[in-house]
Amino acid sequence: MEEEAEKEKMVKVYIMGREFEVPATLNIVKAFEYAGYRFVRGIGCRGGYCGACATVYRFKDDYRLNFALACQKAVENNMYLTILPFMPAEKAIYDLNNLKPRGSVLLELYPEIARCVACNTCTKACPQELEVMDYVQAAIRGDIEEVSNLSFDCIQCGLCAMRCPAEIVPYNVGQLARRLYGKYIAPQAMHTHKRVEEIHACVFDEELDNYSLLAKEDVEKLKKIYVEREIKVG
Amino acid sequence: MKIPYFPGCSLKTIGEGFEKSAIASAAVLDIELNELPRWVCCGTVSSLTTDDLMHHLAPVRNLIRVQDLEETQLVTLCSVCYSTLKRSNTLVKNDPEKLKTMNQFMYRESDYQCNVKVLHFLELLREIGFDKIKEKIKKPLRGLTLSPYYGCLLVRPKEFGIDDPETPTILQALTKALGADVIDNPYQLKCCGSYHTVDKPNLVADLGYKILTYARNSGADALVLSCPLCAFNLDNRQREIKRQYPDFVEIPILYFTQLMALAFDLDEERLGFDIHYVDPVPLLKEKQLLIDSLPLIKEK
Repeated sequence: MEEEAEKEKMVKVYIMGREFEVPATLNIVKAFEYAGYRFVRGIGCRGGYCGACATVYRFKDDYRLNFALACQKAVENNMYLTILPFMPAEKAIYDLNNLKPRGSVLLELYPEIARCVACNTCTKACPQELEVMDYVQAAIRGDIEEVSNLSFDCIQCGLCAMRCPAEIVPYNVGQLARRLYGKYIAPQAMHTHKRVEEIHACVFDEELDNYSLLAKEDVEKLKKIYVEREIKVG
Repeated sequence: MKIPYFPGCSLKTIGEGFEKSAIASAAVLDIELNELPRWVCCGTVSSLTTDDLMHHLAPVRNLIRVQDLEETQLVTLCSVCYSTLKRSNTLVKNDPEKLKTMNQFMYRESDYQCNVKVLHFLELLREIGFDKIKEKIKKPLRGLTLSPYYGCLLVRPKEFGIDDPETPTILQALTKALGADVIDNPYQLKCCGSYHTVDKPNLVADLGYKILTYARNSGADALVLSCPLCAFNLDNRQREIKRQYPDFVEIPILYFTQLMALAFDLDEERLGFDIHYVDPVPLLKEKQLLIDSLPLIKEK
């Protein structure tokens, strides 16, 4: 009985065309490893954060391709699986310090965005469920802030670029927009600037030296100061 | 009246003054132009290849966005967007097979039901009636002589044009209603050079020289038009025209909506003159249509 129950949890998958039985509890990365493969490329943080394991899969008897991060997607029965080690995508070389945050910068560095026909294939391919087409469109009209906001959760996996029939590289366009937004457009945290200046001006050095001395000479007093310190909220 | 409005990419960049002045003057006529949510670039050139449906996706997608708002009209300002959207709309209305293919491709959108009408803002104004517009005028454009310019896509091809393709009168009628004088310009339908401006600016300069010099020699103070690409070619390319034709005298280019905003006496910032190459402000001051506070354009 126990063995049967165990068996029920297995699913059939096809790794690069070859059939394997793997436990249904695994994600795609682990299914590969269970089947005996070892990753040297196409793998990264295993936590859904780095975008290195972007993958394409399809179900038997379904024409449609599906997209996911291999470390986040659990295997299902009749999945056709592969790994994508690298995306040789176009990447503009620029020095952010020499750019101006004008909308036309996006078109100058990535002129192919003007070829977008709004087919939305990029959006369908995004494992982060971003509105990729919408931010490419915002890029065409030079709206850096909108591109930045819409692409904020991008993990640079490259699936959008692989699928784009107009050879646009949405994820690199989005990254450029976020860099421009962060450096030139987003409101600055002035209190941080002020504090950094204070630190550079050695405003806190004496206080810090005193505490260091206390740490050596009277730890109990230091603890008391710590516990009774004034905490500013908000 | 509230109506969905499609700006297009140029109105967000080189044609800012067109958009600002249009929204502000529409408000005077109790028309609220509501920017279509999540609009996409129209594609700018309508594909004439019969099996090329890919380039009709963008226009149809915009029409689906209108349908999703449960609206049946979409107003445009740019002549190119107007033409592209309208041509795709007609294509799918007349060819259910092609529409089906496109609907299936765009399976994440609702199916397009072909019940949206594409309108140019000028058509909307004609529907309201130029007499109605006259009633709202606070400062008639007396003393200003204008040369209307249509270019290509506002009136051609005739199935998609808003007026007679050979002898259009709509801009003349509007301009006269606003109190300005109008001259006839036989070049009013001549192409501005369109996208040749990217790789053949000299060709665009040749075309612009004829259009603008005729207007100037006939006594026009400025050209009035409705297309941001024509405006770019006829305004910004005056730099190249001057280089090629030393006798050339600069002439300001105005959008019809800027004229309306002027005649309605709207705030200066609604006029959007600050990004013109040939500054229209000295002319408008000379004609006492603008007061002195508006700063001149300093950089060119």
